Amino acid sequence: MYHLLKQIAKIGIVTEPAPHPDAALRAVEQRLGEAILKHFGRSLAIRHVDAGSCNGCELEIHAMNGPHYNLERIGIKFVASPRHADMLLVTGPVSRNMEVALKRTWEATPDPKLVVAIGDCGCTGGIFGESYASCGRVSNVIPVDVAVPGCPPAPTAIMQGILTAISSGERR
Amino acid sequence: MRTLELAIDFEPIRGAMPAHHAVAGAGQLRELCDQARSKGARLVALWGSDETSRSEGYALHLALALPSGLLWLTVPLASDHPRYPDIADIYPGANRMQRATADLLGIRPDGNADQRKWLRHGAWPEDAFPLRKNFDAARRFDPGPDRYPFVKVEGEGVHEIPVGPVHAGTIEPGHFRFSIVGEKILKLEERLGYKHKGIEKLFEAMTLEEGAKLAGRVSGDTTVAYAWAYAMAVEGATGTEPPPRALALRGILLELERIANHLGDLGYLGNDVALSFGFFQFWRLKEDLLRLNAQLFGHRYLMDAIVPGGIAADISAPRAELLLERLEKIQREVLALKSIYDEHAGAQDRFIMTGQVLPALAERMGLTGFAGRASGIAHDLRIDYPVPPYQQLGPRMASHTRGDVAARVSVRFDETLESMRLVRALVQQLPPGEVRAPLAPAKPGARGVGWIEGWRGEILVALETAEANRIHRLHPHDPSWQNWPLLERAVMGNIVPDFPLINKSFNLSYSGQDL
Repeated sequence: MYHLLKQIAKIGIVTEPAPHPDAALRAVEQRLGEAILKHFGRSLAIRHVDAGSCNGCELEIHAMNGPHYNLERIGIKFVASPRHADMLLVTGPVSRNMEVALKRTWEATPDPKLVVAIGDCGCTGGIFGESYASCGRVSNVIPVDVAVPGCPPAPTAIMQGILTAISSGERR
Repeated sequence: MRTLELAIDFEPIRGAMPAHHAVAGAGQLRELCDQARSKGARLVALWGSDETSRSEGYALHLALALPSGLLWLTVPLASDHPRYPDIADIYPGANRMQRATADLLGIRPDGNADQRKWLRHGAWPEDAFPLRKNFDAARRFDPGPDRYPFVKVEGEGVHEIPVGPVHAGTIEPGHFRFSIVGEKILKLEERLGYKHKGIEKLFEAMTLEEGAKLAGRVSGDTTVAYAWAYAMAVEGATGTEPPPRALALRGILLELERIANHLGDLGYLGNDVALSFGFFQFWRLKEDLLRLNAQLFGHRYLMDAIVPGGIAADISAPRAELLLERLEKIQREVLALKSIYDEHAGAQDRFIMTGQVLPALAERMGLTGFAGRASGIAHDLRIDYPVPPYQQLGPRMASHTRGDVAARVSVRFDETLESMRLVRALVQQLPPGEVRAPLAPAKPGARGVGWIEGWRGEILVALETAEANRIHRLHPHDPSWQNWPLLERAVMGNIVPDFPLINKSFNLSYSGQDL
């Protein structure tokens, strides 16, 4: 226990400032009113859905919960069920084998809800495109509010996408 | 080089790793598999191909790891009746690979083989076969019914917990069907294939240069090992020699990938036993390493750094020094955290004797990679077939025999530290010169093999070229194919709340096996 406490004291806090929203990431204009956004801004529950990624984007979502980014400190947390979620964070081109599961997850999320598509594949279908096995980008299957490009996008970029979705900035 | 251990005509496959190709009739297949098994050969992969464009019907392919190297065995099959004898009783790991081959090509095993679909689900109908050459990749079907017969466990008090494909955490999608009594798991049955996105079909529309980027995205957490295996296969098929400096740099990249993945998983293993201290400490170290990767090689996960012919990014002497300095710092922290983990009674209590795979079962079922080494399976490609850049380094094998979560944690710590030693040695002996050789043109029908010990286990890329530097057939193979069935065995008799811990101790790829 002594070594454990010593390590905690030695390392201290490594968390860095959070990024600012970027309206350029918007796929559609903000649909939610100021009153709702005020609440989301202080406490946002996210359900992550991997709809067919290569798992690269998942690595960065994990990193976002690590000490450098520490998403929970700004009131944003991941929840275990879409029924508890305000936002879906969707990665991957949507594989045809995940199409039904993604739609059902979206339907299970209570309104008002937001969708952020993560990564080049989520934005455009990426290298996998559309085929017998892939529906391509996330917005081909469910409505998307904000899309964050990158292969994979860095944790700061994903955070920026999430913050943009709950900001009132208009589409550029 | 030793001669082949099997009584069969063969020819060598050009390339960095020792590999041979042989052709056998379907009638010889079981006999050859029996022989191979008795010589201690592992089944590395099984896949199929459509050869009708060359008026040769179909073919089944096996990759077997023999002491002399890899044997790529091709079994030609008639176009009107593409059947072969089931080998899943000899190599249990073949079961799901046979089923995937049936889904994608309509090549089926005879005998008592498991004939259930595996990758297909409802996205395409039973009589359509995506990897046949006359199948249009852009074709779309209306989603069909998706019935899948799980094995039912019956008895007093037995009930089922269906989990997924959308899981509770940030995990890839798959379905787990638990049959339990109270808290105890009687049986787990996995159903995968949710992430199937047509990777193998995509390769067939690509040139050898274009395929490199896709290879690096078969399983994102293993991008370096796949990119290297792909490059190795292409270099073999085209007769290209990557420069020695490129090989040494590839070694550095591969070991950095191993370190990053182990650091992340060691953190999560702490988290899963309520030691969130471990998560934050290890993810701090992992983040430091990822930032260093980005600074030195232009990408946090080192994607697209390895290209056919060499590598895309060189490293200057001062930057190599920086790498050593930072790695030294991380190593000191890892050692401190290792002793904290070792001495933490609560964590060890959860780790020890949880999710056990005993060596005999591991051997019979073909457990591979670091999980195999934690269950007494002493194989590591870097050691079994020492080729550059590992030849002069003498990598040391990490191993354990208890096969539980604690053993896998121990092997991960040992491999992390050994990889740090290897990076140091590689940086210190970094040869001067070019880092990329021009790619020679490929003859159609040339074979290439890429075979790399990735952090999770052995990655195979089996390539056959087509006209005009294109790909006729390419099978990327993830060790998760072999290890997923062992996860089903590892959880038996454990309690449901230990499933996430056991699962994370293996951390298998869904994307890599769903293709």
